[in-house]
Amino acid sequence: MRIDKQVREAVDRLELPFNDLGIDPFGVAKADLRIWGTMVAAFYRYYFSVRTQGIENVPTRGRAMLVGNHSGGIAIDAAMVAVSCLLEMNPPRLAQGMAERFINRVPFLGSWASRTGHLTGLPEHAERLLEDDRLLMVFPEGARGTAKLFNERNSLVEFGSGFVRLALKTKAPIVPFAVLGGGEAFPTIANAYKLGRAFGLPYIPVVAYGIPLPLPAKIEIEYAAPMHFSGTGNEDDAVVHGYVEKVKEVIAGMIHAGAGRRRGEPAQLTGGRS
Amino acid sequence: MRILIPGAAGAIARKVALRLKDEGHEVVGLDRRPWVDPPIEFHEVDIRKRAAEDVFRKVRPQAMVHMATVTSLVVTGEERYQINLGGTRAVFEYAREYGAEHCIFVGRHTFYGAGPDSPLFHKEDEPPLELNRFPELADLVAADLYAAAALWRSPLLATTVLRFCYTLGPSSHGTLAGFLRGKRVPLVLGFDPLFQFLHEDDVVRAIVLTLGKRPRGVFNVAGPQSLPLSRVIKEAGRTPVSLPEFVLSGMLGRFGFPKLPSGAVTHLKYPVVVDARAFREQTGFAHQHDEIETIRAFREAVPPPP
Repeated sequence: MRIDKQVREAVDRLELPFNDLGIDPFGVAKADLRIWGTMVAAFYRYYFSVRTQGIENVPTRGRAMLVGNHSGGIAIDAAMVAVSCLLEMNPPRLAQGMAERFINRVPFLGSWASRTGHLTGLPEHAERLLEDDRLLMVFPEGARGTAKLFNERNSLVEFGSGFVRLALKTKAPIVPFAVLGGGEAFPTIANAYKLGRAFGLPYIPVVAYGIPLPLPAKIEIEYAAPMHFSGTGNEDDAVVHGYVEKVKEVIAGMIHAGAGRRRGEPAQLTGGRS
Repeated sequence: MRILIPGAAGAIARKVALRLKDEGHEVVGLDRRPWVDPPIEFHEVDIRKRAAEDVFRKVRPQAMVHMATVTSLVVTGEERYQINLGGTRAVFEYAREYGAEHCIFVGRHTFYGAGPDSPLFHKEDEPPLELNRFPELADLVAADLYAAAALWRSPLLATTVLRFCYTLGPSSHGTLAGFLRGKRVPLVLGFDPLFQFLHEDDVVRAIVLTLGKRPRGVFNVAGPQSLPLSRVIKEAGRTPVSLPEFVLSGMLGRFGFPKLPSGAVTHLKYPVVVDARAFREQTGFAHQHDEIETIRAFREAVPPPP
C-alpha cells in the first residue's frame, strides 16, 4: 500500500513519545497510523469532501477534550474528526477516541483500534490519556447517537455527564465540535438490534439502498472555542448537568446553523466561532 | 543483613543471591531444586517440610525474599496449590516466628488477569477480575493476597508484595522467554495484545532496592513501555504465526508450539499491563535496559532455532 505523503509527514510530526520501533506507551503504532491515515484521508478529501472550520480552536499542545455529536450510523464521524486533527492542525495531533466495548472482542477491529489510539471506552483510559496531556475525542451521545435515524440526523440525543466530571477532575478544556452530513452519508432507516446482538454488536444499521456503505455526501466539521469549567469533578449532579447543557447548546447551535446553511438559508452567526 | 531466599535455585533468584552476597550481605538459600556448588549457604529442602522451619530457626533471617512460587506452566494440579499457598503460608509464619523484620513476596502481574473490558494500566488496588477465564492462576492470586494480608496480620513485620511484569533476558527464564523459545510463535488471529516485560537484571535490581528501602505495601514493578506481542516476536527473531483461536487451542503443545493451559489464550488476546509509578516513587527504581535492548539480550542468548 502506498502511504499518502501528507499523512506520512503528519504522523512523523506527531508529538507523541514513540520508541525506536514507532510504538508509544499506549500501544499506538506509527505504521498502523500511516495505513489508517492514508485510507481515511482519501475519504476525507475526495469521498466526503470534508470541510473543516475552526480547527484553530483545538489546542496544539496539552490536554483537551473534543466533545461532539454523532452523525451517521457508523463511526465515520470519529474517523473524520481524527483525520482533520491529523491533517489540518499544525503541528498535527492524534485525537484519541473511546471505542465501544464490543470492539475489543472483535478480531482485528480491537487491535486495529488500539494501534491507532482508540482504547476501550473506560473512565480509567480517558483519565489516563488526559493526564498524559493527550487529545481525547468524546461522543457523549454514545451508541444512542450513532443509532439516530435519517430524519433525526440534525438532533441530539441525551448526553452522558461523565465527560464533564472528567474535564473538571483533570482540568481539561472542552472543545465542542459539530459534525454535519454523516446522516446523509449514512441514511439509516432502521436499526436491527436483535440481529446486532447475535453478532455481538449494539445494533446493525439498515439503509434504504441495502448495502451498508456510506454515500458520498458532503461532511462538515466545525470546532468551537474551548470551554473551561472549574471544579473538582465531585460536584452535585445539578451543577454538572448545567455544564453539560452549556456544551450541548454550543453543539446544537452549530448543528442548527450548519443545517440551515446546507439548506441554502443565509448564514447566521453560529455562536460557536470565537 | 542476614537474608533468606526460599526458591533460591531459580534463575533470577540465583542472581539476586549473588548480587546480595556481593553487596556484603549474609545470604542463605532454600530450594527443593538442587544448586550444584552454590556460592552461598544453601539448603536443599522443600518449603512445605519441617526441615525448612529448621533452617529459619537456625539462620534467624532479618529479611526474607520469597521466590518459591510456581506457575501452572511449571507445576500442574494439586501440588502447585500446596507449593504456592501452603508454602507461602509456611515461610511467612516462620519468618515472623523467628524474628524477621522484612518479607518480600515476589509475585506476578498476571494477578490482574486479561480480559476485553479490563483497563490497560492496572493499579495495585484493583481486584483480580479475570480469574474465571484462567482458573490456573487462582492459587498464585490467593498466595499474593495472603502475603499482602501479612500487612495487617503481622503489623510489626514490614511486608512488601511485588507484582512483577514478565521477565526477559539472557538466562531465558520465565513465562515469556519460554513462550518465545521456538522458531515459530503463535498469535491469536486478529489479536495483538501489548506485552510488558523487564530485563532480568532490572528485576534483580528492583528486589535488591526493595530490601534496602523496605516499602510496606503492594507494588507493581515494571520498567520500559510495553510492545505489541507481534513486535516482540519479530524483534526476538522469531516468526509470528497467526491462527484462529479454535485452531490455536488445539495446537498448543504440538507441532513445536509452546504448551499452555487453555485459559492462557486470553493472555494472547488481551493485555496485562501495570502502572508501576507507586514503586518508582517509593524506591527511586529506574530500569537500565529499555524494551528493545531487553529483547535483543534474549535473542543473542537464545538465537532462533534453525
